[in-house]
Amino acid sequence: MKKKWQRLLRLIPLAVIAIFTLVGCGKPGLSTLDPQGPVARTEAGLMLQSFLIMIIVVVVVGFLFTYALIRYRKRPGQEDVIPKQVEGNALLEVLWTVIPIILLVILAFPTVAKTFSVSDATVPKNHGDNVVVVKVTAHQYWWQFDYPDYGITTSEDLFIPTGKKVVLQVTSADVIHSFWVPALAGKLDANPGQTDSMYLTADKPGTYAGRCAELCGASHALMYFNVRAVSPSDFTAWTKEMKAGPSAPATASAQKGESLFKQDCMACHAVGVSGSNTAPNLRNFADQKNIAGFLPHDKSTLEKWIKDPTSLKPGALMPSRGIKGNLTDQQISDIADYLFTLSVKHNQ
Amino acid sequence: MTTNAHTLATQQPKQGFLAWLWTWLTTVDHKKIGILYLCGAGLFFAIGGIEAMLIRIQLSVPNNTFLVGDAYNQVVTMHGTTMIFFVAMPAIFAFLNAVVPLQIGARDVAFPFMNALGFWLFFLGGLILNVSWFLGGAPSGGWTAYAPLSTDYLGSGMDYYILGLQVAGAGTLMGGINFLVTIINMRAPGMTFMRMPLFTWTAFVTSALILFAFPALTVGLFMELFDRVFGANFFNTANGGNGIIWEHIFWIFGHPEVYILALPCFGIISEVIPTFSKKRLFGHTSMVFATVLIGFLAFMVWVHHMFTVGLGPVANSIFAIATMAIAVPTGIKIFNWIFTMWGGQVHFTTANLYAIAFIPTFVLGGVTGVMLAIPAADFQYQDSYFVIAHFHYVIVGGVVLGLFAGLFYWWPKIFGKYLNETLGKIGFWFFLIGFHVTFFPQHFLGLMGMPRRYFTYQAGDWLATGNMISSIGAAGMAIAVVLLVINIVMTQAKGQRATGDAWGMGRTLEWSIPSPAPEYNFGQTPLVQSVDTFWKEKMDGNKKVTPAEPYGDIHMPNGSIIPFLMSLSLTVASFGFIFADETGTGIHKGALFVAILGIGLMLLCMLVHSLKDDHGFHIHKEEVLEMEKKGEGA
Repeated sequence: MKKKWQRLLRLIPLAVIAIFTLVGCGKPGLSTLDPQGPVARTEAGLMLQSFLIMIIVVVVVGFLFTYALIRYRKRPGQEDVIPKQVEGNALLEVLWTVIPIILLVILAFPTVAKTFSVSDATVPKNHGDNVVVVKVTAHQYWWQFDYPDYGITTSEDLFIPTGKKVVLQVTSADVIHSFWVPALAGKLDANPGQTDSMYLTADKPGTYAGRCAELCGASHALMYFNVRAVSPSDFTAWTKEMKAGPSAPATASAQKGESLFKQDCMACHAVGVSGSNTAPNLRNFADQKNIAGFLPHDKSTLEKWIKDPTSLKPGALMPSRGIKGNLTDQQISDIADYLFTLSVKHNQ
Repeated sequence: MTTNAHTLATQQPKQGFLAWLWTWLTTVDHKKIGILYLCGAGLFFAIGGIEAMLIRIQLSVPNNTFLVGDAYNQVVTMHGTTMIFFVAMPAIFAFLNAVVPLQIGARDVAFPFMNALGFWLFFLGGLILNVSWFLGGAPSGGWTAYAPLSTDYLGSGMDYYILGLQVAGAGTLMGGINFLVTIINMRAPGMTFMRMPLFTWTAFVTSALILFAFPALTVGLFMELFDRVFGANFFNTANGGNGIIWEHIFWIFGHPEVYILALPCFGIISEVIPTFSKKRLFGHTSMVFATVLIGFLAFMVWVHHMFTVGLGPVANSIFAIATMAIAVPTGIKIFNWIFTMWGGQVHFTTANLYAIAFIPTFVLGGVTGVMLAIPAADFQYQDSYFVIAHFHYVIVGGVVLGLFAGLFYWWPKIFGKYLNETLGKIGFWFFLIGFHVTFFPQHFLGLMGMPRRYFTYQAGDWLATGNMISSIGAAGMAIAVVLLVINIVMTQAKGQRATGDAWGMGRTLEWSIPSPAPEYNFGQTPLVQSVDTFWKEKMDGNKKVTPAEPYGDIHMPNGSIIPFLMSLSLTVASFGFIFADETGTGIHKGALFVAILGIGLMLLCMLVHSLKDDHGFHIHKEEVLEMEKKGEGA
């Protein structure tokens, strides 16, 4: 009997190791368990710390529980045996009141300290290039990013410099959304009528997946965005390129597309340096990672999108087949050609 | 009919379906109302379970198109709303009704009429909510109905949510008040508070929580109703309102609600484990204090649902510490349950299997609860599948396992027959394994970046395996529920009859009377001399609990159709308000008239009930003696 127990006990470290190998799982750039910046790392550290304390609790309770079940199970022939009716035990009861309190106190200090540290989104005066401020506005179902210090606006892809503190001033244009980039930082709700701040920092260049985390309507599940971390010098270059804007379309079809775009799409969309608050600013459309935040970035998808956006993103406010709903396939193809010329990269 | 001539003899059931239906529509007997609650909860459990399966089907593979966008949001919203308000709540009330008066040695509840009213309000409220499927679409704003999404952006479905919950919530509030008064005033002689069985204690604290929590919901729902129907601006930012008000109001109700559900289940566990360990509950006094403390703290922690709202680190830290504190009394309970089994004789009946399985499952849900209480970490967990996993561990692992334990434990007391043990045990293993397979992977799905209420995830997001495992587990739980239904049908057909002390190890007063209990519960009010009175009397060699009074006539309340009619008028009013808002452009005047008519009818019912003198009737001493003799044979 005892040997069996010892074998079981030996399994516990094995189980712990198994759990720790699971930590670090998930898609890179999306998982909270694979943090890519100091804020997410602090949060992951707290998660691990609390997890370790909780493992102790689970193991102790699990041991007592299993022991009681096996040791004191009803055995044949015990029908008439009446166990001693124990009222309680003051010492034991005090013990399992005090020990959890101690565990919680141990946990409480880092909790409070880290909560304050990851919530400190103050922007110093004259911050220059050391802090990047981005005003994030959530819409059903897309994200708008304004850079007040640089006077530029973009959508769906949030460009940030690596290693810098990026302060996000989050608000919403309609309902409550929540801004979440699992690999870089925890989330912050986007509340209509008020602005709340958080900050994040990316260690190295890369694309980090962003999600809307608060139910906001039919396409809540498709309200994706990307955080594109680039080196500080690339970021400075990007801000200048954004200011300069894309060059005029060269091909005939793209030029036709441009005039169609001006007729049909400009009522909501903008391609200017700042711009429209009703629909995504498309100034750097061709440089983005996805169409509508989550779709593959190719021409056939874009055509499908222009034809019937709600079939891809239910409840999207963009009307089907352009504003008048009377575009031919050729016209849609022209518009798509035009949109793919909207790149600020070629200025490099 | 004079009150005295109206005796039990004239109450004999008439023949036919209509007569049978009339009995159930008019009953004010708490035991029958308990059965009604159980049936209502069962019906909605089936509906909510089907919705759960639809969710898991949609999420079983990436980029699935089975339920997309608003359709998925409707199913999710209805699953959450149904399970909390129309399954867990009525199931709790089923046990409160079936057991509490018996445990405290009472012949009835304090307000039998109001008790019936509470049931019908709950049941018709549930119907209001569920007919939305057939009348233009169910609510889709999530069970939390955050404004302004639910007030300004969604179709008339949200009206069904608002009015369904308003009607059902009124019923719950009545139930809470009723049990508060019952437990304070109607305990048998000698049953001091500290001799009260723990289930009754938890029922008491739960009722107090209902008394304070539900008015918050009522107010919030009225504000949402006024925003929607009359264009008020409580939650409209553009006109000076603020949606965060709703979040506060909702969670000031919503957090205690979790304990309203959980505490009675802790109570059930505290009855089942001692009984099937043949031992006294370890640390009865500390259990009572832990219960009261949990009830108190339940109101202190609502902001932990709002850590990501942007209230700032000061508010977040205060509520974090308050939340962590709940772990202490909960821990006391867990250890006391384990030490109740320690040195005892653990019988593995189905009821006890559910009760035992509750302990580790709830511990897992509890530790993730403490992890969630850390704001900086919660920024990552909040609104992700980690939270889904956590609260299913608490609500299924805690509440549903507790309810199943109670169901198998008290079934013989309620219906006079045993549920089949073999089938019960097979179902138990399907449920327990299915549950863990479903929800354990969801912790990791959340940490891997899957937000809640997402109808889909992309093929390359590495979330497919976990979701598939989770969906397979859900199928296991569904099989368990089907087995339970088969078990219940079989039991009705040819179940084994139960004696009064059905398990042979009963400790509390409800086991000292026949199964099912006679209409008047106790022929003679018992005299309570200790904790676990019945057990003590048996140990002293007595067959019966010492009575506190001689046999005599027993006063009983008359049945009434008015509770049903009142609930019906409120249903009429609700549909008036729903259709008044349906176009979304202005108030529909005709529909508003229906709403006013419904409220008028309810006031009329109240007037009739107030003016009618109803003194109830007596069951005469001779009849009581005769029934008691029969009962002893049972």
